[in-house]
Amino acid sequence: MNSSQLLGITTFAYLLSSVIYIAVLVFRAKKLGLAATLVALGGLLAQTAGIALRWVESYQMGIGHAPLSNMYESLVVFSWTIAICYLVLELKYKNRTLGGFAMPFAFFSMAYASFAKEINQEITPLVPALQSNWLIAHVVTCFIGYAAFAVACGMGILYLLKAKHEETAKGGGDSIYDNAPDLKIVDDIIYKTIVFGFLWLSTGIITGAIWANSAWGTYWSWDPKETWSLITWFVYASALHARFVRGWAGKRIAWLAIIGFLSVIFTYYGVNFLLSGLHSYGSSS
Amino acid sequence: MKKDKNVLVEFFSSVQLSLFTFFVLAIASIIGTIIPQNKEPSFYVAEYGPKLTRLFEILDIPDMYNSWWFVSLLVLLSLNLIVCTFERLPKVWRMVVMDNLDTSRERLERQSQRQSFLVANDSGDAVAAVRGILTKFGGRLQEGADGEATLLFTQKGAWTRLGVYVVHLSVLLIFAGAIIGSVYGYKGSVMIPEGEASGFVYEFGTNRPIDMGFQVRCDRFDVSFYDTGAPKEFRSALTVVKDGKDVLSKSIVVNDPLDYEGLTFYQASYEPYNQLVVQLANDGSKAKETFLLSPREETPWAAEGVSFGIINIEGSDRSGYRYKVWFSDGKSEPVTFWATADQAAKVELPSATYSLSLKRRFATGLQVAKDPGVWYVYAGCTAMLLGLLVAFFLSHQRIWVYIAREDGATRILLCGTANKNRLGFERDFEALADQFKHSDRLTLTEEKS
Repeated sequence: MNSSQLLGITTFAYLLSSVIYIAVLVFRAKKLGLAATLVALGGLLAQTAGIALRWVESYQMGIGHAPLSNMYESLVVFSWTIAICYLVLELKYKNRTLGGFAMPFAFFSMAYASFAKEINQEITPLVPALQSNWLIAHVVTCFIGYAAFAVACGMGILYLLKAKHEETAKGGGDSIYDNAPDLKIVDDIIYKTIVFGFLWLSTGIITGAIWANSAWGTYWSWDPKETWSLITWFVYASALHARFVRGWAGKRIAWLAIIGFLSVIFTYYGVNFLLSGLHSYGSSS
Repeated sequence: MKKDKNVLVEFFSSVQLSLFTFFVLAIASIIGTIIPQNKEPSFYVAEYGPKLTRLFEILDIPDMYNSWWFVSLLVLLSLNLIVCTFERLPKVWRMVVMDNLDTSRERLERQSQRQSFLVANDSGDAVAAVRGILTKFGGRLQEGADGEATLLFTQKGAWTRLGVYVVHLSVLLIFAGAIIGSVYGYKGSVMIPEGEASGFVYEFGTNRPIDMGFQVRCDRFDVSFYDTGAPKEFRSALTVVKDGKDVLSKSIVVNDPLDYEGLTFYQASYEPYNQLVVQLANDGSKAKETFLLSPREETPWAAEGVSFGIINIEGSDRSGYRYKVWFSDGKSEPVTFWATADQAAKVELPSATYSLSLKRRFATGLQVAKDPGVWYVYAGCTAMLLGLLVAFFLSHQRIWVYIAREDGATRILLCGTANKNRLGFERDFEALADQFKHSDRLTLTEEKS
């Protein structure tokens, strides 16, 4: 068994668990819930083993480093942190209808990592700039933040769907969202995951700044990645201020959770593939 | 307060201004990530045409993040933070230190969490029992009496109300650090060839030479590559020379700079020379010498009466080089052999045996930073994280218990409030109320309806 096989199993497990979670919601098949959780948990174990094994394999190749050094590895870690984040949420709120709005993110991240042509899956050696103890601290803190924001976005979608359904149904008839938590609780989950993510995003930006200072002598240089992480930070800071001071809740916070996550995606993906293309004739910085 | 004063203060302390500033900063920042920064004017003309370039120049777009208007936005954000803090901190401080025993019964009954019990115990007995329960809740227990009635109060985390201001001030501290760094510090670079020293660095942007007050010598530079061709390591052996004396030596790599007298030297780039550094040693007499020479140039070591030269070079930066060496003592037949940078060669002549090691000569490119503000920035970052932890995860919880005689029984009114995480507090409050209900020291009686 090697790491790519384990990560292949993970992709499949996350797909399966996403499908079952959605079935739990759509067909109100509460009995399937345990299966969804077990498959997700199995996927998480395979993924954890896969990441660990990839780490070991890099040492066997003589270029040992934590598997956090390129797009492929970061997507795997993104998916891993989403799965952990979601399973903790499920444990805390004891409601499996949430899974249909969270595990698909973990699956898409793995699927994109595995099947996209532009993603190189090889274990590559670390260039000098990445050879630092800050690598693990910086990448892990950022991705815990990103994962929390992914879950917040999923909960935002759930909130809007459930709210729309309640408005149109006007209390009459069954709804596939009946088993989902009350809107008040979903709103609370969105708020709490944003707070959690904001704390980790802040830590991620700060560890990145300290690292940049120890590698280049400047903690902030307004490069597109840094700038977009700050833009994302502004979006969530706005959401938190609007909630704390203006009492924003419900749909508005749900929308901000979705907008914030779009900014996360751009920071993470767009900067690498769109802006770097735009800047590719320029300096490599 | 006067009304005309209020308008300005209100504007600068408002959260609308914060949200507006966040929004404008975010939009402006996006522009800077789409339009490449700090390029030559000709670049913008070629990319965007002369008209747009003219507009860009008026708006300082090519160096947007240092432009007057972007900095003004940051100043606006700072003003917002300062005024908001001055406006609200006194009120919050009063909340932290306020006398909660001075709370009327009407006000108690408006608290978000309330439970009322009627007990058969006399009031002194009830107060003693409640004391026992509240002591376990947390903070210091306060007690006040108003005629027949007794009010007990306890709270947790009053100070946590200050967390959000720690976050706000941390942003100002980070800005202060950035200003200190840009006023009292500088960023520059310098290229130092192996074997040479420099006492100056050249400031970014202006290229102005800055006297460091000491010299930095590059003793050796090495670059290595992975099999894939990707760079593996850039390493410079540096020595600080002050007043003609070597005071500090350190071998630096990209993530491990050299610090001396407030200046930090970072490995940034390198440049190969068409020159070789050759070290020769006589194995017998232990005489040693280092030479700089160009290829195909005969170099004498007069003290030893030998001469040598490099007559051929093969290879590349990535795969490494090998060098064909010509060596003669002038008496016997000259010898030629291939040598590499990795290992010393032995040259055996009838007169003596020499050790020869050689490498290509490089100049190391150092980035130099003097930033006395960086510790303020780091202190600000630490304060921000601690402040966020407090502001998000700790709350100010207050519990009052009002005890008074009422119709031959004792009324216990339990109320509480928390400024954050109300759902969590609701659970804690329920648990506390349960302790009242199940206390073996209190005897609950039926309410008379």
